Amino acid sequence: MAGFNKVVHTYEEAMAGLEDNMTVIAGGFGLSGNPEGLIKEIKRKGTKGITLVSNNCGTTEHGLGILLFDKQIKKMVASYVGENANFEAQMMSGELEVELTPQGTLAEKMRAGGAGIPAFFTATGYGTPVAEGKEEREFNGRNYILEEAITGDFAIVKAWKADTYGNLVFRKTARNFNPLAATAGKITVVEVEEIVEPGELDPDEIHTPGIYVNRLIQGTFEKIIEQRTVRSE
Amino acid sequence: MSLSREQLAQRVAQELQDGYYVNLGIGIPTLVANYVPDDIEVMLQSENGLLGMGQFPTEDEVDADLINAGKQTVTMAKGASLFDSAESFAMIRGGHVDLTVLGAFEVDVNGNIASYMIPGKLIKGMGGAMDLVAGADNIIVTMTHASKHGVSKLLSNCTLPLTGKGCIKKVLTDLAFIEIKDGKFHLLERAPGVSVEDIIKLTEGELVVPEHVPEMSFA
Repeated sequence: MAGFNKVVHTYEEAMAGLEDNMTVIAGGFGLSGNPEGLIKEIKRKGTKGITLVSNNCGTTEHGLGILLFDKQIKKMVASYVGENANFEAQMMSGELEVELTPQGTLAEKMRAGGAGIPAFFTATGYGTPVAEGKEEREFNGRNYILEEAITGDFAIVKAWKADTYGNLVFRKTARNFNPLAATAGKITVVEVEEIVEPGELDPDEIHTPGIYVNRLIQGTFEKIIEQRTVRSE
Repeated sequence: MSLSREQLAQRVAQELQDGYYVNLGIGIPTLVANYVPDDIEVMLQSENGLLGMGQFPTEDEVDADLINAGKQTVTMAKGASLFDSAESFAMIRGGHVDLTVLGAFEVDVNGNIASYMIPGKLIKGMGGAMDLVAGADNIIVTMTHASKHGVSKLLSNCTLPLTGKGCIKKVLTDLAFIEIKDGKFHLLERAPGVSVEDIIKLTEGELVVPEHVPEMSFA
């Protein structure tokens, strides 16, 4: 009896069932808060035709960017795709479809997807290329566009700590899109730095309840810093 | 003389008020943090999920899990809070941020802003800029007044894809501080040593010039 124990011990188990042409939602902001081992497993599996939903697509050498080496991504939904030469090349050649989505709208699309809200109105993007083809509506004298929620066949998430039931705690700004991604996957897989026994986390401190989590794996993380900036004293 | 990057930041800092929550964009806006007057408190919001951004870390303080929206390592100020991206943009979209400062390629007399894409050349994405301009009431755009070749960036109609429509009211350029209202630019201040004629020459959109245009002061 596994009960609520979500822990798996291999990356193969963690990403079992991921097939070509699926949609994957990934937490992370740049290389911060990336489920590094899960991304590497998708690369190892060689899954193709992925629609990838994440704020960024890593850098040329790291993070989600490694899925571009073998052209595994068919479509990218992101707010910012700079810092990645392969991305630019595949986008320009038409091999990679890109849907640029404002950062707050992207976060809300995930949140709504996980919360059973099919669409929402937002002023963000009204009158811009983002509004093309979308329903517009006026509320209280202001113009809004209709944005649809996103759900994924898989969500891949990085958390700091978890208990075996999948209750999650994030750390500092590595939280970013991770709690939102966690709610929006049909299968949500979480990679963490430390797994503790149920009861060891203060219930008041839990950011994401285990109900959203299907699989949990303990990983090790490189945590590459994109812009290491220090003051002198 | 046109304003230096530091002077642009200094002039924006004069608009800060005690108790303001402020979002500073990447580039010149980030420098504003260096000129917060000593007698006021402001709290900086970083849209990746931090309210109460502190200074850059020392070598010993560097933490890969603590970065700003420009992906630079940072620290937290006293009283900081951390949250996810949906919460962060709820603050922004909900109009809870008192002042937003960001850069632009072009603005026009109708308060439109273009800042994220040059078709065929620069396609990196808007990040949080569309949410910021749609959500904030009080926005200052910092930009150069014209290109190196003297082509105005203050236009009657933006030519590049828009980041936001009708949302900009204040623009600080290296030459002038300008308000946008009633479909016109209004000249409020000029950079020290810059003539009104120079500003008129480099402003393509309709510019209203009052009889007296004060010079900016950097006391």
